[in-house]
Amino acid sequence: MRAPSRPHPSGIRRRAAIAGIACALVAAAAGCAESQRGEGGGEGGSLTFGAAGAPDLFDPFYASDGETFRVTRQIMEGLVGFKAGTADVEPELAESWEHTADGKAWTFHLRQGVKFHDGTDFDGSAVCANFERWYHQTGAGQNNALSYYWIENFGGFADGAQPSLYASCESPDPATATVHLTRATSKFPDLLGLPAFSMQSPAAMERYRANDVRAVGDSFTYPEYARSHPTGTGPFRFVSYDQGNAAIRLERNDEYWGEKAKLHDLTFRIIPDETTRKQELESGGIDGYDLPNAADLKSLRDAGNQVEVRDPFNIMYLGITQKNNPKLRDLRVRQALAHAVDRENLVRANLPEGAEVATQFYPDTVDGWAPDVRQYPHDPDRARQLLAEAGAADLTLTFYWPAEVTRPYMPDPQGIYNALAEDLREVGITVNAVSKPWNGGYIDDVDNARADVFLLGWTGDYNTPDNFIGTFFGTPTSRFYTAGSPWGEQLAAELRAADGEPDEAKRNGLYQEINRKLLAEYLPAVPLSHSPPAIVVGENVHGLVPSPLTAEEFAGVTVTG
Amino acid sequence: MLRYTIRRLAQLVLVAFVLSVLLFGWLRLLPGGPVSALLGDRATPESRAALEAQLGLDQPIWSQYGKFLLRALSGDFGTSTGVERGSPAVQVFLTRFPATIELSLLALLLAVAVGIPLGYLAARRRGGWWDNLSITWSLVGVAVPVFFLAFLLKFVFAVQLGWLPASGRQDVGLDATRVTGFYVLDGLLTREWDAAWNALVHLALPAVALSTIPFAVIFRITRAAVLDVLDEDYVRTARAKGLSGAVIRRRHVLHNALLPVVTTVGLQTGALLAGAVLTERVFNIAGIGQAVAVGFERKDFPVLQVVILAAAMVYVLVNLLVDLSYALIDPRLRAR
Repeated sequence: MRAPSRPHPSGIRRRAAIAGIACALVAAAAGCAESQRGEGGGEGGSLTFGAAGAPDLFDPFYASDGETFRVTRQIMEGLVGFKAGTADVEPELAESWEHTADGKAWTFHLRQGVKFHDGTDFDGSAVCANFERWYHQTGAGQNNALSYYWIENFGGFADGAQPSLYASCESPDPATATVHLTRATSKFPDLLGLPAFSMQSPAAMERYRANDVRAVGDSFTYPEYARSHPTGTGPFRFVSYDQGNAAIRLERNDEYWGEKAKLHDLTFRIIPDETTRKQELESGGIDGYDLPNAADLKSLRDAGNQVEVRDPFNIMYLGITQKNNPKLRDLRVRQALAHAVDRENLVRANLPEGAEVATQFYPDTVDGWAPDVRQYPHDPDRARQLLAEAGAADLTLTFYWPAEVTRPYMPDPQGIYNALAEDLREVGITVNAVSKPWNGGYIDDVDNARADVFLLGWTGDYNTPDNFIGTFFGTPTSRFYTAGSPWGEQLAAELRAADGEPDEAKRNGLYQEINRKLLAEYLPAVPLSHSPPAIVVGENVHGLVPSPLTAEEFAGVTVTG
Repeated sequence: MLRYTIRRLAQLVLVAFVLSVLLFGWLRLLPGGPVSALLGDRATPESRAALEAQLGLDQPIWSQYGKFLLRALSGDFGTSTGVERGSPAVQVFLTRFPATIELSLLALLLAVAVGIPLGYLAARRRGGWWDNLSITWSLVGVAVPVFFLAFLLKFVFAVQLGWLPASGRQDVGLDATRVTGFYVLDGLLTREWDAAWNALVHLALPAVALSTIPFAVIFRITRAAVLDVLDEDYVRTARAKGLSGAVIRRRHVLHNALLPVVTTVGLQTGALLAGAVLTERVFNIAGIGQAVAVGFERKDFPVLQVVILAAAMVYVLVNLLVDLSYALIDPRLRAR
C-alpha cells in the first residue's frame, strides 16, 4: 500500500530530514497533527475514547473486568438490556418474556430478522447454544477467574459437582426459547443483561474454538475467538486490537436490526495513566475518557468539556471482620464504630459532588430499600458509652486501607482513611494503620480476614438487592466473617429465602425486613456513602447517556467538528 | 580476540541463570500475587485457593522454579496475567520491545549527535560564552528529572501548542502495515512514508525528553576528554611539527578522546532503558517500560521475568560490545 503524500510543504520536510533536530520536527509536525484531527467518517464521525486499562479479552463470558465489557458491550447484546441512563431491565434481543408461577420456566419471545456479524441468524437455537455453552464448561473454563459471572449467578456446571441454577433450554421454534431453572430467583431475568451473558454467534464460536481456554503456567491462554473474533449482534463490529499501539478499533454494523449507530467508527485507546488521559483530551488525541480524577472535574469543565456525573449505583463501607478480634463480635462495639464515624463530614470533605451518605448497603433506587432502618448519627459520646458498656474502652483496631488505587466508590482512599481514623481515635480507639497496594497484598489480606476494619465497596451489576447484600453477606465465611456471630448463618438463610421468592411484592417486603435487621441487629459492616463516578467527553461529543452501571453505549453518540 | 569473545559469552549464560533465580525468588517474596489480578475485586478465599492449586502456585518455590526453568529452556516463559492477559510473555515482550528500542535509539542518537560536537566545541573554546552556556545547559539536563521534563515538553508542545501528538506510537486510524514492529522502519520498508513520518513525529517529544541526561553526560565527558587530549605532549608536538589544525583535530584529538566517550555511550544505554520506564508512562507508549510498570501493579510474574531478564541481557551485551569496540579503537588492547 502506498500512502498519499503529506499535506505539509515538502521544503520543511526536507529541511527537517537534513537537520534532524527536534525543533524542525516540531515545526513540521504541526501541520501533520492538525490534519489528523480534521478527519472523520460517516455522518456521526469517529470517536476515540480513552480507556484506563487493557481489556483482558473479547469474549465477555470469560471476563469480569470493566475494560473488557466496555468494548464487548458495543459489539454484543443480551436477551435483556438496561434502559439507557438507568439500571432497569428492558427488552433487547428478546422482545418479551413470561415465566411460570413457580418462577422456574422462562419463555423468551425473540426479535426476528436479527443476524450476527458473521451473517448467521440469531434465533432460539442460538440462544440455547449459548446457554449450553456456558453450562458445559470444563477444565479451566470452570475456574472462577474465567467464569466468574456464571458461577456467581448460576452456580455449578453440567458435571454436577456444584448445584446449578440452570436446568435446560429448549427452542420449539426460531422465535422462542424457554430456559428452565432449578429454583426461582429474584435475579432472573435481570442477570441476563450482564455483558457476560451476551449472545454470541454459535458458528463463529465453533470456528474459532471459543471454549479452548487452558491453564498454562501462571495463567490462562485464550482461544483465537476471544482474542480477535468476537461476534455478536450489536451496532458495532470488531475490527482489530493493535497491541503495539494499544488501540481497539470497531466499525459501524450497517446490517444492525435496530437504529444504526451514528458513529462510523469507534476506537478505544488504552491509556493507563490518569493524567495522560486528561492531557490527551486537552490536546485532542481522544474525545473522552472514564474515571477522571475528582480534583480535575472543575478544570475539565472550565476548559469546555462535558463532565457527566452518573447516578450513584455503588456503596462504600467500613468493613468489619469478626474473625480475629473477639470484641468485634459484640454488636455494641460495631454500633460504636457506626456512631463514631462522621459520615456527613466524610461526604462533604472527601467525596465528589453528588455523593450521598449511605443509610444501608445499597442505593435507594434498588428494590427492597427500607426508608425506616435504624440510623447511626455522628455521636462520639454515645460511641464511647457503647464501648464502655461492652468492656471495650481500650479497643485497638488494625485498619486496612488500599494504596496506589482509586475505585469509583472510593476516589481518595488515603483521605478517606485519614478522616475515619481521626473519628475513631476521637472516641478512644487505638488505630493501627496498614496500607498495601490493591494487588500487592491488600485484597489478599482483607479476603483472608487479616484486617479488623477495612475500606471497601462495590458497584452494582444490575438492579437487584441480591447483587449487593446477597454478594456481601450470603456466605458466612466471607471477608466479614459473619460466622463469628450466631446470626451469620441465619442472615445467609434469610437472604436465600428472599432471593427465592418469585412474588415481587413479597420479595421486596422480605428485603426491607432484612435491611432493617442488617442495620439494627446485625451491623456486619458500616455503610458509608454512595459516590457518583464521572465520565468526561469533549464539547463536540453529543448524545452520550451516562449509565449508573458505568455501561455507556456509544451507538447514539455523534462527534461534530 | 576470539577466545576472549567466547569467554565473555559463556559468562553471559551464567549471569542469565543466576539472575533468573534471584528474580524468580524476589518477585515471589513481594506481597500479593497474580491470583488477585486474575480473580479481580470479587475473589473469595475459596476461589483464591482453587486457582492457586490449579496454577501450581501452592507448590514449594523451588519446584515452581524448576518447572519454570524447564519450560523456559524450550522457549515458553509463561502466559501474561495482567499486562496482556492470556498472551505468551515472550510475545508481550516482542510486541513491546521494538517501541522501547526505537525510542531509546533515537534518544541516544540525539544525545550523541548533539553531545559530541557540542562537547568538542566547548573544549576548543574553553572559558568562552559558548562553553559556559553549554555547561549550564548540561547541568540543567542532569538535574531535571526525566519525568518532569517529559511532562513539561508534553504540556507545552502537545497540550498547549498542539504541534505534536501527546501520546502513543502512531495515529490509530493510519492502518499501517506491520513488519518488524519498529514503526519507523516498517514505514520505510513498506514505502508507507506517511506511516514512517507519523511514527517519527510521535517519537519526537519522548526522544528529546529521554535524551537529556545522556546528552548532558556525553557532552561533559567529550569536553573533558578533548581538554585532556589538547594538553597532551603529542598534540603539542604535532602542532610544533606544523601539522594543520584539521589533521591534528581528526588524527590526534578526536581519535584519542573517543575512548571514554564510547564507554559513556555504552553505560548510558542502560540508563536509557531505566529512563524509558518513566518516559513511556508520560507519553503512553506501549513499550517494555510500561509493561514493567503495569506488570508490578498487577503482579504479572511471567512478563516481569521475561522483560527484566531480557533488559539485563541487553545491558550485559552492550557492555560486551563496548569492550570489544575498545579493542577496535585502541590497538594496544587488541594486541593483548
